[in-house]
Amino acid sequence: MIPEIGHFALVLAFGVSICLAVFPLYGYLTNQNGFCATAKPLALLQGFALAVSFGVLMYGFLAHDFSVKYVADNSNLDLPWYFRMSAVWGAHEGSLLLWALILAFWGVAVALFSRGIPDHMSALVLSVMGMISVGFLAFMLFTSNPFVRILPFAPGNGADLNPLLQDPGLIFHPPMLYMGYVGLSVAFAFAMASLISGKLDSTWARWSRPWTTVAWAFLTLGIALGSWWAYYELGWGGWWFWDPVENASLIPWLVATALMHSLAVTEKRGLFRSWTLLLAIAAFSLSLLGTFLVRSGVLTSVHAFANDPERGVFILGFLIVVIGGSLTLYAIRASKVSEPGEFGWISRESFLLFNNLMLTVMAVSVLLGTLYPLLVDAVGGGKVSVGPPFFNAVFVPLTAILVSGMAFGPLAKWRQSDDPKLYRPLIVTLIVSVLVGLVWPSVLDGNYSIGTALGVTLALWLAIATGVDFVKKVGLYGGLGATFARVERGMIGMWLAHFGLAVMIFGVVMVENHTEHRDLRMGVGDTQQLGNYDVRMTDLAVINGPNYVADQATFEIYQGETLYKTVTPQKRRYNASGMVMTEAAIDSGFTRDLYIAMGEPLGEGDWAVRLSVKPFVDWIWAGAFLMGLGGFVSITDKRYRKRIKEEKAEAAVEGATA
Amino acid sequence: MNRLMVWLPLGVFAILVGFFFKGLTLDPTEQPSALIGQPVPAFELTDLNTGQLLSRDMLPKEPFLLNVWASWCITCQVEHPYLTKLSEQMPVVGLNYKDTETAAKNWLQKLGDPYALQIFDPTGRLGLDLGVAGAPETFLVDANGVIQLRIQGEVNDRVFAQKIQPMLETIQ
Repeated sequence: MIPEIGHFALVLAFGVSICLAVFPLYGYLTNQNGFCATAKPLALLQGFALAVSFGVLMYGFLAHDFSVKYVADNSNLDLPWYFRMSAVWGAHEGSLLLWALILAFWGVAVALFSRGIPDHMSALVLSVMGMISVGFLAFMLFTSNPFVRILPFAPGNGADLNPLLQDPGLIFHPPMLYMGYVGLSVAFAFAMASLISGKLDSTWARWSRPWTTVAWAFLTLGIALGSWWAYYELGWGGWWFWDPVENASLIPWLVATALMHSLAVTEKRGLFRSWTLLLAIAAFSLSLLGTFLVRSGVLTSVHAFANDPERGVFILGFLIVVIGGSLTLYAIRASKVSEPGEFGWISRESFLLFNNLMLTVMAVSVLLGTLYPLLVDAVGGGKVSVGPPFFNAVFVPLTAILVSGMAFGPLAKWRQSDDPKLYRPLIVTLIVSVLVGLVWPSVLDGNYSIGTALGVTLALWLAIATGVDFVKKVGLYGGLGATFARVERGMIGMWLAHFGLAVMIFGVVMVENHTEHRDLRMGVGDTQQLGNYDVRMTDLAVINGPNYVADQATFEIYQGETLYKTVTPQKRRYNASGMVMTEAAIDSGFTRDLYIAMGEPLGEGDWAVRLSVKPFVDWIWAGAFLMGLGGFVSITDKRYRKRIKEEKAEAAVEGATA
Repeated sequence: MNRLMVWLPLGVFAILVGFFFKGLTLDPTEQPSALIGQPVPAFELTDLNTGQLLSRDMLPKEPFLLNVWASWCITCQVEHPYLTKLSEQMPVVGLNYKDTETAAKNWLQKLGDPYALQIFDPTGRLGLDLGVAGAPETFLVDANGVIQLRIQGEVNDRVFAQKIQPMLETIQ
């Protein structure tokens, strides 16, 4: 009975989303305020219905209701409760439900926090989001219903959740990532609303800016969590694999980053209007495309849950409607967009234009690399794969060029900014970063690495330049004490994010060039050297977990004569699925991670063991965290709160004069 | 100019849609196995004929074919004569996959046994580790025990000439 409530709530949400897509738009087009006013209540109702539906599915998992096929396929009596909760989004149907729930959540957020925006505008925005919702809910109800039952003979136990996904990282990674993906739908909806209404000035940019920033921050954290999860769970010790699904999240991130910067220009200076609209459409379209690529089985990857062509056709149709429709509308309207104002060759606008150009080129090259195997296959060229060499060869130099420019942008002024005095601090920055960067690799053990020297120089260049900008702007407001109260939060957010990127680049450069890595044969009693440590295997045991059996090795790590730490990597075999998973033992530190993973048994009680020292690897995720934090800090900016009040006052005045 | 430019994104998208549509009709499972370039997974299984315990170390120390077959598999019967012919040229190791002992033995008795070794894998454990999707499948393993090629479906003259022969030449 209870699963039917969830199913019913899903159908209800579908009905509501149709109303939401139609009524406010109809109201806008026929100028009937009554229809426009339905938007907010409908958005709230849709959010409620999907929350019920989601809650019911989660209850099914917690209560072991194996009569629900989705639960039976992805849970097990032995699965711990926290993984039963995250198992809700562990496979295709449930992750779609999460997607739909988050879309509805963003709709609710827009309905609640858009009081400063004229009603007909927020009605249009919610209507566009409703249209997206219709597509997704129809997809679920017709091809991927999570509430399908196995009756009358329900299985007594379930098939268990994919062991790869039985990990705390998975509890947070998909929701974060979806918050980002789907959050971009708000910027998209604002862009569409302005295209529909034909009000193509910069107001829509002003409204959608904080939404874009939040979505970007979630996307940043979501990608970082995924990378961290891959690092410790996949058992290879890598942090980025250029897997199609990783790329599917990186491409929207790059475009969303470009969008954030171009929105700034559109808002402050009214320029790049047409381009910003296109970016807003592209960012969300690429999120949808990512979903298509993952779900349809067009590209295979470790992430693919559902390789079902019928679903693929549905999603492709949906993509054609959403992306094709929005680009058509864009083509019709955007030619009428005026671009008032000019800017000098050297100005903040030109630096931001450069930023956009670089990020777009990066996004396009990752997209091409990801789709290339498909394109070749489609023209009969057979199966090829584009590996990390391509992506590294393209991505690394482009990043270097982008980062070089990032030092100038914040220092430059709007309109015209060719006064060399502005950039004088960068001379010192350049000298310091080059000197330290060149010296740095020689402090490390092993051969001198030019790559490290260049990479560290780049990271320092960005970090110091960000610091210089910070000191200059703080100086304007007089002293550090008053700083954080008076400096714009948006500015603080930018510093955090730029500094975070520098931290991340440093981590990447160190890990990629200085990881010490050994694959060894070890048995109980063997000692091996690892960096400055001695690693000794002291025990091998068989451990019974809740739903797996593990071979567990105990390693004692010695620093000289003293015992530094004892760690226990495992090789797990999950009972229900028979899948074997590697649980690496990782000792995280500020300057390095020690990474110990068990490979395969080699007989006579010996195991293949992988030992690594990964210098500064945690800086990669620390940097990403700073970037995300920067996003969240910047939306607490006073002007977003103040604006609501001001616009209310403006609206009141308008109302009085009308 | 600008008027035409704004249609460009739509045009690019339309081309992509064409490719995606084509992509949906292509078989994504026909991908090179993730095990290419990896050693054969470790195993401890018995030989179907001798009952002797087999492990990875006992595989041939020269390039050989690892053929996944079962008595319930029709295509395996079709490719069997060809494999028998091939076995004069290079060792062929059998992996009897999800089968019963009697059925497998009868099958070999009836059709002949060209296999150098016959790994008996009734539960499909090694098959799972190899990522086998169904029978027949054939892996080309080099002298170092590293998988170089995966062939799904029947091995015949054409497959040998187009896939196995070129790979043999590169690894030898």
